[in-house]
Amino acid sequence: MNDALTDVSVMITRCVRRSLRDPEAFFTALMLPIILMLLFVYVFGGAMSSQATSTSQYVNYVVPGLIVLCAGFGAGTTAVAVATDMSSGIEDRFRSMPIASSSVLTGHIAASLARNLLATALVIGVALAVGWHPSASPVHWLAAAGMIIAFILAISWFAAAAGLLVRTPEAANSVTFVIMFLPYLSTAFVPARTMTPVLRPIAANQPFTPVIETMRGLWTGRTVTGASLGHEALLAVAYCAVILAVSAASASYLFRRRSA
Amino acid sequence: MAQGVVKGFGGQRVLDSLDLAVDQGAIFALLGPNGAGKTTLVRILATLTRPDSGMITVNGYDLASDPVRVRRSISLTGQYAAVDDVLTGRENLVMMARLLHLPRRAAKARAAELLDVFDLRDAADKRVKEYSGGMRRRLDLAAAVIARPPLLFLDEPTTGLDPRSRNQLWDVVRELASDGVTVFLTTQYLEEADQLAGAVAVLHHGRIVAQGTPAQLKANFSEPGASRTLDEVFLALTEAEPEASPRYSRENEGAIR
Repeated sequence: MNDALTDVSVMITRCVRRSLRDPEAFFTALMLPIILMLLFVYVFGGAMSSQATSTSQYVNYVVPGLIVLCAGFGAGTTAVAVATDMSSGIEDRFRSMPIASSSVLTGHIAASLARNLLATALVIGVALAVGWHPSASPVHWLAAAGMIIAFILAISWFAAAAGLLVRTPEAANSVTFVIMFLPYLSTAFVPARTMTPVLRPIAANQPFTPVIETMRGLWTGRTVTGASLGHEALLAVAYCAVILAVSAASASYLFRRRSA
Repeated sequence: MAQGVVKGFGGQRVLDSLDLAVDQGAIFALLGPNGAGKTTLVRILATLTRPDSGMITVNGYDLASDPVRVRRSISLTGQYAAVDDVLTGRENLVMMARLLHLPRRAAKARAAELLDVFDLRDAADKRVKEYSGGMRRRLDLAAAVIARPPLLFLDEPTTGLDPRSRNQLWDVVRELASDGVTVFLTTQYLEEADQLAGAVAVLHHGRIVAQGTPAQLKANFSEPGASRTLDEVFLALTEAEPEASPRYSRENEGAIR
């Protein structure tokens, strides 16, 4: 195998092993989708199933929002993992070895993708169990999967850059808070038009919204913003591409700068 | 090896026009009190930090223009064990061996061999988190010699170890040196330099203030008729004020070199 590919696969193995051996974080990451789903469907769901969300069953509305929320939590874990790595001696060893330096971050991103896809699968599994009826065709499902992967990659790179920037695991933890707060100010849980006028433009235009609406459009056949699915999808892909490009570039820069 | 190396952090000169040459195939000890710049120098030589100025060659490769070759010819063990806590000892060594591009099977074999050599066989499949300080250092050293590098940097390898672990580590370092590895170690302990090293340099306030064999240093700094220990030499050198310290090196330059 090519040397650089070996480096990447070794780093991925390492990061996945580290994830699996942190039972508390791993358990939380798996419990979160289940608890949130039950909370939103059975506690808030009754009040939310109304004309506002135009669904008789709130679960049909909330699935994309929960996927994004859980991905936000997963990204926080990635930020902490990167910051932890940077503050430990092992980074110095990696850096003094003749290895592809990008492999260190790639390992974190791959592990982040794996963790988040697992959490997403759990959200979808629990949703189906509590009565979610997506009307999507297999092609729509594939498109939704593509959207999720693009979003997770973008947010994982963002988290990696944040983890490199703040340097300490404690500070990286606050990244989790910020990323997990943002979905509440989007169309994840209620449509933007039901919010106070000050918040409406924020919720309608922030990057999480088109991502959520793309999934919603693919699964239920309509968005709640009034924009077409194609429009939301284009916007979502553009947002993800920009976040990914800027974050990956900053992360690589910050990673290199630490060795100077 | 190094000429006129300068490195400053935030307006403070940590290394001030430092010159140093180290012979290959021996154990060299860089002695100095806390804050003398030992770690900074090691990090520069190991390509982790760039010097502000100065010419450095490591194993014949120019550090500034060819850091990749330098990296291939060295191995570094820092002050804090550079191993992964969450992985087992064996997983750590296999991982490092794979990163050095040994094939999978060879990586496993080399890991098993090193676990034996460094007396870690019984703990091989325990997570490093459960290791004692001495075991960690041994694993760290094992990771550093996977590729049999010609030059090994050890930054304060025995700091914080109990005497038994320290003696074990010394034995390992001696064995490595007898296999032809050049060992560049930093230490605050005179005894360590005295026990291990064929050549010693004393770093103080960013300059090399004395250099030679342990015996030469002792002889040079002794009052006529009285023999001094290396400890006394070290204290005499490093207690001096920064302005005064170059005096020692100038006075004794001819004798030491």
